[in-house]
Amino acid sequence: MSSDTSSFGEFEHLVKRALTPVDPPADLTLRLESTLTELTELAHDELESWELSAMRDPRNWVRPVAAAAIGTTAGAALVVLRVRQQHRKRAAKSSGPIDLAERTLHAVADETRRILDR
Amino acid sequence: MPDSDKAKLDADFAELYRAHLKDVYSYAYYRVGNHHDAEDLTEQTFLQAYRHFERAQAESDGRPMRPWLIRIAHNLAANLYRDRSRKPQTPIEDSETLSAMHTTEDLVEGRDELARILEGVKELPDDRREALIMRFALGMDNREIARAMGRTDGATKVLLHRAIKQLEEIVGRAGQIGGR
Repeated sequence: MSSDTSSFGEFEHLVKRALTPVDPPADLTLRLESTLTELTELAHDELESWELSAMRDPRNWVRPVAAAAIGTTAGAALVVLRVRQQHRKRAAKSSGPIDLAERTLHAVADETRRILDR
Repeated sequence: MPDSDKAKLDADFAELYRAHLKDVYSYAYYRVGNHHDAEDLTEQTFLQAYRHFERAQAESDGRPMRPWLIRIAHNLAANLYRDRSRKPQTPIEDSETLSAMHTTEDLVEGRDELARILEGVKELPDDRREALIMRFALGMDNREIARAMGRTDGATKVLLHRAIKQLEEIVGRAGQIGGR
């Protein structure tokens, strides 16, 4: 490719200098790492909270199953992001950690349903 | 999926993220021309990548994952333009941005020329511009670029050659006009 003239190689060198790699802003890095960490941890954590409080009652088993399913399917990212976005609102409304876990699982189930219904 | 498999998959994805965050951001920035959209595009690229990582890794058969990642960014950027029905915003010619991206030595030595090159890159057809970004901003070789763009190695080599020739002509013309 650069065999026709020597100036062609020099020009390529200039293009390389012009198109310098760009460092991502620090806040993007923090935000993205936090989101990705939540993606890998959230479903598991919230499932654990739910199991501790409610697995004794078989009527509640269907929700943990749904939560476990979204932890391994393609819709997980969307579900977790949306659920996480509404976390503060749920925390304000809840009466305690168990109530918060229940509200969160409701939200996970709702988001899962929305995605599966598409 | 067993916990150990999930942990391995997440660890592999974390490695991919660390290795290529700057690549994806650089591609996004030169592709869309401003930091705001580049941030969105980078974020969406990694979320999309996470969703499909397990299958992509299985299908990669040990080959580098960077072309796959850049292809996601490429598709998302195309969607962005289609959705907004507009051309890229272009603050890459902006003096403040140029200063932030280049060393003092670069700027003293050839600021005008670098600015003309950046300006010229914007004038190239999309596929040529993308090939140049991948080659020079990301340092991808022909094979990687071919995979990212869904072309053959030979077609990619020709594309790059033509892109550089066309850019050289554009910059040459701009230099003559500027030098008058």
